[in-house]
Amino acid sequence: MSAPGSGNTDYPRPVSLLPTRSLTDTSNAGLKAYLHGLPGVDAVGLEARAATLATRSVKNESKAWAIDTAISMVDLTTLEGMDTPGKVKALCTKALRPDPTDNTCPSVAAVCVYGDLVITAREAVGDRIHVAAVATAFPSGRASMDVKLMDTKQAVADGADEIDMVIDRGAFLSGDYAKVYEEIVAIKEACGDAHLKVILETGELKTYDNVRRASWLAMEAGADFIKTSTGKVSPAATLPVTLLMLEAVRDFHTKTGTKVGVKAAGGIKTSKDAIRYLVVVNETVGEEWLNPDLFRFGASSLLNDLLLQRHRMRDGHYSGPDYVTID
Amino acid sequence: MSRVDVRKTHKLFIGGAFPRSESGRTYEVTDAKGEFIANVAQASRKDARDAVLAARAAFDKWSSATAYNRGQVLYRIAEVMEGRRDQFSSEVQQAEGLSTRKAAQQVDAAIDRWVWYAGWADKYAQAIGNTNPVAGPFFNFSIPEPTGVVAAVAPQDYSILGLTSVLAPIITSGNAVIVMPSPSAPIPAITLAECLATSDVPGGVVNILTGAPAEVMPWLAEHADVNALDLTGIVDDAVAADVERQAAGTVKRVRQPQPHANWDVTPTLSRVRTFIEIKTVWHPLGI
Amino acid sequence: MTFEYAPAPESRSVVDIDANYGLFINGEFVDPVDGHHFKTINPATEEVLADIAEAGQADVDAAVAAARRAYDKTWSKMSGKDRAKYIFRIARLIQERSRELAVLETLDNGKPIRESRDVDIPLVAAHFFYHAGWADKLEFAGYGPNPKPLGVAAQVIPWNFPLLMLAWKIAPALACGNTVVLKPAETTPLTALAFADICQQADLPSGVVNIVTGAGETGRMLVEHPDVNKVAFTGSTEVGKAIQRAVAGTNKKLTLELGGKAANIVFDDAPIDQAIEGIVNGIYFNQGHVCCAGSRLLLQESIAEEVIDALKRRLQTLRLGDPMDKNTDIGAINSQMQLNKIEELTKSGEDEGAERWSPNCPIPDKGFWFPPTVFTNVTQAHRIAREEIFGPVLSVLTFRTPEEAVEKANNTPFGLSTGIWTEKGSRILWMANKVRSGIVWANTFNRFDPSSPFGGYKESGFGREGGVQGLGAYLHVEDPS
Repeated sequence: MSAPGSGNTDYPRPVSLLPTRSLTDTSNAGLKAYLHGLPGVDAVGLEARAATLATRSVKNESKAWAIDTAISMVDLTTLEGMDTPGKVKALCTKALRPDPTDNTCPSVAAVCVYGDLVITAREAVGDRIHVAAVATAFPSGRASMDVKLMDTKQAVADGADEIDMVIDRGAFLSGDYAKVYEEIVAIKEACGDAHLKVILETGELKTYDNVRRASWLAMEAGADFIKTSTGKVSPAATLPVTLLMLEAVRDFHTKTGTKVGVKAAGGIKTSKDAIRYLVVVNETVGEEWLNPDLFRFGASSLLNDLLLQRHRMRDGHYSGPDYVTID
Repeated sequence: MSRVDVRKTHKLFIGGAFPRSESGRTYEVTDAKGEFIANVAQASRKDARDAVLAARAAFDKWSSATAYNRGQVLYRIAEVMEGRRDQFSSEVQQAEGLSTRKAAQQVDAAIDRWVWYAGWADKYAQAIGNTNPVAGPFFNFSIPEPTGVVAAVAPQDYSILGLTSVLAPIITSGNAVIVMPSPSAPIPAITLAECLATSDVPGGVVNILTGAPAEVMPWLAEHADVNALDLTGIVDDAVAADVERQAAGTVKRVRQPQPHANWDVTPTLSRVRTFIEIKTVWHPLGI
Repeated sequence: MTFEYAPAPESRSVVDIDANYGLFINGEFVDPVDGHHFKTINPATEEVLADIAEAGQADVDAAVAAARRAYDKTWSKMSGKDRAKYIFRIARLIQERSRELAVLETLDNGKPIRESRDVDIPLVAAHFFYHAGWADKLEFAGYGPNPKPLGVAAQVIPWNFPLLMLAWKIAPALACGNTVVLKPAETTPLTALAFADICQQADLPSGVVNIVTGAGETGRMLVEHPDVNKVAFTGSTEVGKAIQRAVAGTNKKLTLELGGKAANIVFDDAPIDQAIEGIVNGIYFNQGHVCCAGSRLLLQESIAEEVIDALKRRLQTLRLGDPMDKNTDIGAINSQMQLNKIEELTKSGEDEGAERWSPNCPIPDKGFWFPPTVFTNVTQAHRIAREEIFGPVLSVLTFRTPEEAVEKANNTPFGLSTGIWTEKGSRILWMANKVRSGIVWANTFNRFDPSSPFGGYKESGFGREGGVQGLGAYLHVEDPS
């Protein structure tokens, strides 16, 4: 057995490396100076670190715990043009009781749907799990501010207690950071008591430097969660990009004391993948983040693979697709 | 009545200047028939010490000059030597007892060898250096750098061609050198020093210590600020072995004796290679 | 709930360790003439793994004679094309037996299985594969139209990367047409002996590779043998100097790869999180038993405090323990002797006034262990800034400007490697130009490749291993002058 160093009381909490100034000037010039002053990211080094973390071998009781934790972190998602109330109701039933054969299986954290299906979802789940609605002209984010605000307010009024918004990538890539910032602030206000996840759409930001900047921008603007992707663009969530966002969250916490959550969405299909993400969380921000209030998986097919692995650990043999429900 | 000639005092060449030995010593140099030619300065360990200081000081500037610049300086040495062809010929003839024709051939070959190395200055890096196709997202390149300060013993014969063949490859890549010419035939070396002093070679890049290698080389071999030794001209195996053992104390690069090399033939890059270090640099390739 | 991962041990059943081993001479395992043996142990548990033969003078003589015979009668007469095929066979066999070799390496050396599996053994196979391809192309390598082998090579290797150091030595030697007698380190002979088995499986002609196990004396006998044409040594600077002295006056060609005290230089505009990984990798990879380890961290003074804090935070997540556990980051120290040396130097650091810190690491009861350690407020005059510790101990110094960083980096008799962390391209290249070391890692660290020449300036040794430059050490070029 090898054990990590423990005893995090012996050294002073690290003063944040980044950034060293407070964000006081939220004009575009001020934001640009702040964000461009963040340290760069070496892509090869970041990916190598993620790859090393991916070699961690998690077994037995740790694995069982990881699977249950991962299930409890799933935002079970349907975001299709062809979604119907029927589809949403089926999703919600599964979300509440993922494994019909085993009621020791935890519920997922939330269901995630388009805004116009929030009423259906809330009716189906009651108060037992969260209902997250995508908003702000998901997935493209290309609409007027009024439309985005309306999208948000309506969803909240209909019963969504979590809002997953998208940032304006066009504004970001053209350097209009103030626009991105102000939108997040406004949507956060429109959320009222609902918690706000800000989707960066890392697949369109392209560089890790951009992801770091967008993460800090979102957190400074009041995000409760930062989320990798809409799931509609490839690449969606990857281990390196999630590692990077967790580093940002860690440093933001050190600087401000505020804990921001991270949601990895899109492209996470297997339990093995999910456990790798939990390892990354564990070794970057620590155990405090290993719960659904601070880490989520945006996924649909992942849940079944987690259930299959759960069966294997419970029964001692490999399970099969007939033993999990399709919805 | 023939003119009374003005005879030269043959001194050391250190730091671009011509000092006598700090020990004040000289030794007699005779021609091939045993006739007296001159009293030549006999270098001491302190002269060697001073030469190392001069060489180290010159190394920084010489090694950071562009290859193009070094090539031009080396070519200028050839230009200046060309002007002194007759002087070199008669000195070589006197020292080695060669025929006029053979002496002239040796001098011409030496001048041409400087030209040959001048042409290498901005090219050997392409022959010796390269990029390396590593198995990962990295840009990786290997480049040759001069090793630093070299102490060399020139061959006992071929008083100008052998000396040139030892000296030129060392400084082409940017090293600074302290060379001991053949004790019995040092005069061409001193004339070469005069050429170096008048041909844009920065002072200290080449230092010439006339005297006894067996006496002086051990001090250079142990000197911690000398990076490499060229023992080409050492004929006594026992002396070479001793010197190399001393050099081991600071892990110097040592080029083995080769006293009877064939200097007439075009060289390989082997001598250039001996006195360079390969540096390999890695950098990630990422957005 | 702490996410502990649970023990994840690699299975030992993939290896078959014999109770005792002979010497590999002329294609067979033979007993040593004097019958002396010594034991090799697992440094993580102190368990005896096997009895190893100790080669005496008669054995060394027999090995050199076998290598000479094989050179004269077989190997020097063989075409490069055919030599290549034998070396390719060896490369493939290493790949086939890679799990077994990784486990064996971890048991004998103490390094984490993740490292032997993911770094050491893949590089071993790559070295043989790369050099196999050179065997019939030497006329294109820049050494003239007809470069020849030297003859018999005597090779002495250290214990820190046992099979990889063997590959670095044997692959180029064989590719260039030489035969070899190699002595592995006395604490880590097992993978060399497994390699001998691989040579048999490859049907390598007898005598081309000979392995003589033993300690310092065996190495000395081998290096001083009069019928050896080439000596290659990787190890401490002290022993390297002794070898250079011993070889002086003979016609043996020599290359040395010795110690280091590399500067890992971090500027205020470095990609910080990756730089932290580079620092950690630079000194804690392989328990710091690396000649090119980044053992001196040179931090730009303006960010020193923050980087040190972030480093300490990162060190908390390092896992020390059973090297056979796939999650272990830091394995065992190779021997009691090495542990003593690390402890002595670390104590000097405290005595001389530097501040020592380690994360709280549970240490197993048996075996040789040292927790990852950081010294701050170190200056150039401290012993821990000058002497090679060869353990998981980092000395942290500061600098103000790039010129000062270069000065401090170069202010050492060593010159093996340097690390540079900055986002500014022109500064990377400027620094790379100025530092006097054979390897420069910019925004990365501890990267190795068979095509990339490796070796030092100054007292870190001379000669290069790998790449086209590395071939030169094993070739004789017709050199009129």
